Amino acid sequence: MLAFLPLYQQAILSLAAMILFTSFVLLAQNGVLAIIHVFAWQGLLVAVTTAFVAFDSGAGHLYFSALMTITLKVIFIPWLLHRLVRRLGIDRETHSVERPARVLMSAAALVVFCYYVAQPIQQYSAALTRNTIAISMSVVMLGMLMLITRRKAVSQVIGFMSLENGLFFAAVSATHGMPMFVELGIAFDVLVAAVIFGVFFFHIRDSIDSLDVGQLNRLAERDE
Amino acid sequence: MKIWALALLQSTAFVLLAPLFAGWVKWVKCRLQNRRPPPLAQPYRDLWKLFGKEALLSHNASILFRIVPYIVAGATLLAAAVVPLLAVNLPTAAIADVIVLTGFFALARFFLALAGMDVGTAFGGMGSSREMTISALAEPAMLLAVFTLAMVAASTNLSTVIEQVLSDGLVLRPSLLFALLAMCLVAVAETGRIPVDNPATHLELTMIHEAMILEYSGRHLALIEWAAQLKLMIYGVLIANIFFPWGIATTPTPVALLVAVAAITAKLSILGVLLATGESVLAKMRLFRVPAFLLLALTLGFVGLLSHIILEIR
Repeated sequence: MLAFLPLYQQAILSLAAMILFTSFVLLAQNGVLAIIHVFAWQGLLVAVTTAFVAFDSGAGHLYFSALMTITLKVIFIPWLLHRLVRRLGIDRETHSVERPARVLMSAAALVVFCYYVAQPIQQYSAALTRNTIAISMSVVMLGMLMLITRRKAVSQVIGFMSLENGLFFAAVSATHGMPMFVELGIAFDVLVAAVIFGVFFFHIRDSIDSLDVGQLNRLAERDE
Repeated sequence: MKIWALALLQSTAFVLLAPLFAGWVKWVKCRLQNRRPPPLAQPYRDLWKLFGKEALLSHNASILFRIVPYIVAGATLLAAAVVPLLAVNLPTAAIADVIVLTGFFALARFFLALAGMDVGTAFGGMGSSREMTISALAEPAMLLAVFTLAMVAASTNLSTVIEQVLSDGLVLRPSLLFALLAMCLVAVAETGRIPVDNPATHLELTMIHEAMILEYSGRHLALIEWAAQLKLMIYGVLIANIFFPWGIATTPTPVALLVAVAAITAKLSILGVLLATGESVLAKMRLFRVPAFLLLALTLGFVGLLSHIILEIR
């Protein structure tokens, strides 16, 4: 089955698998800078896959989407986060994952779940990329899992951005991209979100002297 | 009859060439580190020397301690007979499939760990405990990679798997890509190379495999070392022949066999260079980092399995 596809279509499938793998790596990665780098790699893989899909389907506007992904998610946002992390002085900090084995096992379970959920959708699609719908859904789910399992603000932001990567990839693989208008809107949303998160980092640190979001619980009013 | 002779020849070549492969890795490593390399035949000389020496046994060594080298060498030898080195479709490949191959390694390791504890020295026990920790984590990763292979080829027989990959031609399979990466990580951990273990060290606190066999000497040590070299070669051939099977003989004709010899020599030389480069570039990691390393291998194997199911079927 796979052997009859042209090489670039096989490449799309391989790249999709690599995107899934970067999501797993994000979940298990400890160092702050390493997380940012893996996120940039994931963005690059998504962009390259988008360009391949554009070549495969002849949808020219997808080239533009790929270019936008590269400028935003491979260059700008990682650079912004890099600078923030350095200015906050947390670039040597490690955000240790609690119980990494359990997190990875639940991630694997989520991927299997997504596979079953995506199967009915796949039956109505004839495109080559129908099989990658499950992969993009899993990237969304793994992003959510990262949001849940991490306690530090920076990793949560990366989890959120990686979730957005998954959404974008889902749009590319299911319907060859969203309308340009929507796509631009989302891109700017993400951009603004990144900037606002940056401001928030400083505010969170000023008020609780740490970027550990778990400590926000202590702000609750209590009857003494 | 002829085909059985060929199978026997292949297994003999496997056993006889294993020290050469180990010597090659050592040679490349020395060159990379600007040291004067020992001659390629050095492992043979070491083995010869050890076979000539008297095997010393401690007073409280049981019978187990004495038979373990033969069990280890035997199990590894059987494993080598199963792996296609030069040709597929040999009768010995039908002895066992790839899951039993993992079982052979597990058997050898189990007895080696018992022998490590048998004499009752501190280092032996420590080495056994470490080796079992690592192998308990490496085996699931290995099996996931193996299952991925089995699903791609719809068979667990190594010979069939190789033929299937060959007949597919050059296909970019995400599942095989991840299985290859997982297999490489597992191979590094199981054969005790840097960054998991250092085969050259006798520094007490860091050794794993060496700690277990510290009490062995003479012909017993020679057998165990030979088995270790054979194991390294088996993993090398597995990686070279399953994932890059081009060149292996599908028919037992002299020409095809000559091509196969040239191909496997080239592939193993390249693999040896890669291994030596990796060992020179990386530092040995702390023992407590090894679970994370093997968790990565497990994840790779799992993503390979999933990507086969999600992306390649239909």
